[in-house]
Amino acid sequence: MSLLTVDGLTVRAPGGRVLVDDVSFTVAPGDRVGLLGESGSGKSLTALAVIGLLPRGITATGEIRLDGADMLRKPRGRGSVAATVFQEPLTALDPLMTAGKQIALPLRRFRGLRGTALRDGVHAALDEVLLTDTERIARSYPHQLSGGQRQRVAIAMALACRPKLIIADEPTTALDVTVQAEILDLLDRIVATHGTSLLFITHDLPVAARIVRDSHVLRAGRIVESGPIAALVENPAHDYTRTLVASARRFDEALERTRR
Amino acid sequence: MILSADGVGFGYRRGAPILTDISLDIQAGRNLALVGESGAGKSTLLRLLLGLARPTTGVIRFDGAPLTVGRPFRRAVQAVFQDPYSSLDPRHRIGRIVAEPLRGLGLGADPAKVTAALDAVGLPADTAGRYPHEFSGGQRQRIAIARAIVGNPRLLLADEPVSALDLTTRVRIVDLLASLCSSHGLTIMLVSHDLGVVAELCAWTAVLESGRLVEQGETAAVLGRPSHPYTQRLLASVPRLPLS
Repeated sequence: MSLLTVDGLTVRAPGGRVLVDDVSFTVAPGDRVGLLGESGSGKSLTALAVIGLLPRGITATGEIRLDGADMLRKPRGRGSVAATVFQEPLTALDPLMTAGKQIALPLRRFRGLRGTALRDGVHAALDEVLLTDTERIARSYPHQLSGGQRQRVAIAMALACRPKLIIADEPTTALDVTVQAEILDLLDRIVATHGTSLLFITHDLPVAARIVRDSHVLRAGRIVESGPIAALVENPAHDYTRTLVASARRFDEALERTRR
Repeated sequence: MILSADGVGFGYRRGAPILTDISLDIQAGRNLALVGESGAGKSTLLRLLLGLARPTTGVIRFDGAPLTVGRPFRRAVQAVFQDPYSSLDPRHRIGRIVAEPLRGLGLGADPAKVTAALDAVGLPADTAGRYPHEFSGGQRQRIAIARAIVGNPRLLLADEPVSALDLTTRVRIVDLLASLCSSHGLTIMLVSHDLGVVAELCAWTAVLESGRLVEQGETAAVLGRPSHPYTQRLLASVPRLPLS
C-alpha cells in the first residue's frame, strides 16, 4: 500500500494552460523518490499539489491520495503526515520569531507538548539536525543564522511531528557546496533512521543521484522517463534524459580530467 | 598582465578585515577562477578589481599602472553578474540595454555593433526590439553577455554567471563563454563555487577562504591534487555522478 499515490494529476493555470500534464507516480513507505526537471517542468507545482497548497486560481484534476486523504478535494495531514522543506529557508522561516519558538509550534500543535516537555522537545529537535549550541540557536532569529543553520532549523521543524513523508523542494540549491553535502548527509541519515519516505525535487542530477533511489524525469509538465536513478544515469532512454545526463557529465568529466 | 592585485587587503573601519594580503595576476589568454564560499570575500575582491572600492592596503594594477577607472579601463574590462533577472532594466528594449556600454564610452550606439554582439551570443537581430521579460533566464544571461562584449573588452569579470541557470542552459552558456575567448580574444575571470564549471573553463584557479588566498595554481594541479585542507573539503563535497 502506497503512502502517496498521484494518479493522472493535471494542473492548469487560470487561463487554462496545462502546467502539469497527466502525472502519475507513487511513494511507498521508506521510498526515496526524485522528481527531476528544469525550470518550468512542473516539479514544484506537483509538490504543492501533493500537500494541497496550490496557489489560488490554479486548478488541479486527477487524484492525489496521501495516507488515505484526498489531497485535491479535502487536504489533510499537512505538517503531520507530510512535511515540506523548501529551497530558501529565509523565506520559509518567520523573520519575527526565534528558531526555538518556530520549532515549538508544530510540537505543541501536533504532539501536544507543553512546558518543560516542549522545551526539551525543541532542544531534541535541534540536536537531531546536528546543531550544536542549541541554547543559542533556539534564541536566534533567522537573520542571525547562516544559510546552513537556517536550513537545519527548517528540517528540524519538518521533522518535529515525525511525518511519514518529507517533501524536499530544492533544499540545497541556495547553499554552498560544503553545506549542501552536510545537508544531504543529514537528510540521508534522518530518513534512514526513521524509515521516513522522501520526495526529493531538484534540477540537479548529481544531487538527486546522491540521495534518491528512484526518479521521474519531468519536462514541460510531463513525466518522460522513470526508473532507478542509477539506471537513468547509466542508460537514459528518452532524448531529454540523455541531454540532462550529458550536461551533468560535461562538468563531472572536466573535474575528473584534473585528476589525471 | 591585464589586471593584478598586489598584497591587497580590505576592511571596514571597525571589524575584522574582509580581505588579507591578496596577490593574483589576470594574464591575457589565461582564464582565472576565483573559488570560495559565501562570505569568503569573492565579491569584495571583484569590487576592488572593478574599481568600485579601493583597497585599504596594497595596490590593484591595470596594464601595469595603479588602477584608475577611466575610459581605457571601462573599455577593457566588463562584468557579468549572477542574476540575469535583476541586471537588465525591465523598461528598456534589448537594443538599448546592449548598446549601453557603447554610449557610456562615447563610441556611438552603432546598431551594427549591437547586432554583431547579439549574433555572437546566438540571439537573432530582432531581439533588439524586445523587452527583458520576454526572455528566459538563459536568454537573459546571453543578453547580459552581449552587453558586456559589445565594446570588445579584453577582460570579462563574471560573478557566478551560470549559478542561477538550469544544468542544460549552464552547458550552453559555458560553451558560449569558451567560444568568445577564442573568437574575440577575451579573457575571463570567473567567480564561482561550481568546480565543474571552473575545470571546464579556467586554466588557473585561486581558492579564497575567509579573506585569504589559501591556494592558487594551474587548475589541473589545484583541483587534481589540492594541497590545502579547505580545497580538499570543497572537492570532496561536490556531488558526483555514479560511475558507469
